[in-house]
Amino acid sequence: MILASTLTTNLAILVLAGFIGFVVISKVPNTLHTPLMSGTNAIHGIVLLGGLLIVGLSGNGTFNKVILVIAIAFGTINVVGGFLVTDRMLEMFKSKPKSGDGGSGGEKGS
Amino acid sequence: MASTFLQAQSFLDVLYIVAFALFIQGLRGLSGPTTAVRGNRIAAVGMTIAVIATLLNRNEGNWGLIVLGIALGTAVGVPAARQVKMTAMPQMVALFNGVGGGAVFLISWSEFRLTHGYQGTATYITIFSLFAAIVGSVSFWGSNIAFGKLQEIIPGRPISLGSGQQIVNLLLLILAVAAAVDIASGAHSQGLFIGMLVCAALLGNAVVFPIGGADMPVVISMLNAFTGLSAAATGIALNNPALIVAGMIVGASGSILTNLMAVAMNRSIPAIVAGGFGGGGAVEGASGAGEHAGTVRSTSAADAAIQLAYANRVVIVPGYGMAVAQAQHAVRELTKELEKRQVEVSYAIHPVAGRMPGHMNVLLAEADVPYDQLKEMEEANQEFGRTDVSLVIGANDVTNPAAKNTPSSPIYGMPILEVSNSHSVIVIKRSMNPGFAGIENELYYEPETTMLFGDAKTAVSEITAELAQL
Repeated sequence: MILASTLTTNLAILVLAGFIGFVVISKVPNTLHTPLMSGTNAIHGIVLLGGLLIVGLSGNGTFNKVILVIAIAFGTINVVGGFLVTDRMLEMFKSKPKSGDGGSGGEKGS
Repeated sequence: MASTFLQAQSFLDVLYIVAFALFIQGLRGLSGPTTAVRGNRIAAVGMTIAVIATLLNRNEGNWGLIVLGIALGTAVGVPAARQVKMTAMPQMVALFNGVGGGAVFLISWSEFRLTHGYQGTATYITIFSLFAAIVGSVSFWGSNIAFGKLQEIIPGRPISLGSGQQIVNLLLLILAVAAAVDIASGAHSQGLFIGMLVCAALLGNAVVFPIGGADMPVVISMLNAFTGLSAAATGIALNNPALIVAGMIVGASGSILTNLMAVAMNRSIPAIVAGGFGGGGAVEGASGAGEHAGTVRSTSAADAAIQLAYANRVVIVPGYGMAVAQAQHAVRELTKELEKRQVEVSYAIHPVAGRMPGHMNVLLAEADVPYDQLKEMEEANQEFGRTDVSLVIGANDVTNPAAKNTPSSPIYGMPILEVSNSHSVIVIKRSMNPGFAGIENELYYEPETTMLFGDAKTAVSEITAELAQL
């Protein structure tokens, strides 16, 4: 009974989150779709929490510890990298003070 | 006492709720370029709160392992995010998406092992955990292959088993699901679980290998949605509201973008996943080539410069070719030179310009193009009629009038930038080779169009130099 109610509560959260997601994301203009994608990408790095929760439980053997450390590392790459790279992109969209000739030298050569 | 309060589940749940509220608020900020930076940071604060809440929970232990995992992740993620070039953004997103999927399936695997095959676990938790394992594994491998293709470690052209491909994919999916059903109905064998992961891994490879480079925006969006959904499933399995909300929002976002890209390319998502477009389209296009009796007029940088200098309104239509040639900075210089001459310049951006949704906007923003000069397709199309010169740089299929006029064309129905409505068109292109879809572009044969053959960056720089001398 208790389990069933946890399930239905969580399903309700899931469905509502889906609708909110559709509404919020629909308002994002095309211009920002790449940062949107890398930003939401960072957000799904939240699976990191799963790794943190399970690694805390007793009974993890050595192999489990190894895969959990990898999972935490993966999740961290996803979160930290995702937010940083999104921030970098969005900073470029800010209107900047006119700087004489900042253009062609910006990119590292290749 | 304080620590007991901080560890109370209801307090942690409140923190999770704060966290997901911040995610939503942060994403709302992405509705405009001025609020977006703050939005992203708000979401990052939400993430920090969610992590802290998890670390506070009373079962938490193994601090050494946690520090090790986070340190490893930071050591890899931070330099990658700081150094990646904006042209390489699609593969970076693919890579980050892949590791997210990897984390999901590893977490499911550790759950399976910890409970000795989900013993004593409610069936629904088992089901969501298995779903997360399969989708996470597909996403991990699919994203890595997408990364390899975009980074050109793996050839970008479609690689497939031919007509048997779809049967193989279906078979792999059935095998993975069958293994999952077996586990959910009581089998405890880890071999079965690993077999399921392997089938999902092969499926991830099999789905992305046959997809050509130009379909990548759709694939990356789709894999992003997959990882989000698998994260939401992990959230239900672990009864964690922040995970459920965050995962589901990403799932919604990825789905919207996938659909948008597919519409902008006039392709159905199943057709893309079924694969092999690059090959199929090219064959169709090749048979249609050579039908044109029209003539192509070529121009020189000097003539193009004069044409641009005496225009009142110029619209630049950038395509992936511009990004490949790294010409965005040169284009910005050209714009500055034209603006000095009081020419009004704007950019018309097709939704699939670049290699992921909105990629072209990022590349132009990097070159300091003010975002109010970037016009989305609908707005741009209203303005071509009063445009003197449209300058098409490395864009092809998205300007092809056949999409509007020729029902037999493979791209018929695809929304395009209607550059042929402007008074004159200059197309900068390497050669007359057809674009990615392998379709002849009628635009090049129209009387108002002139072609400037050459590398985008060189050609644009030449025009700028000529302009400076006028």
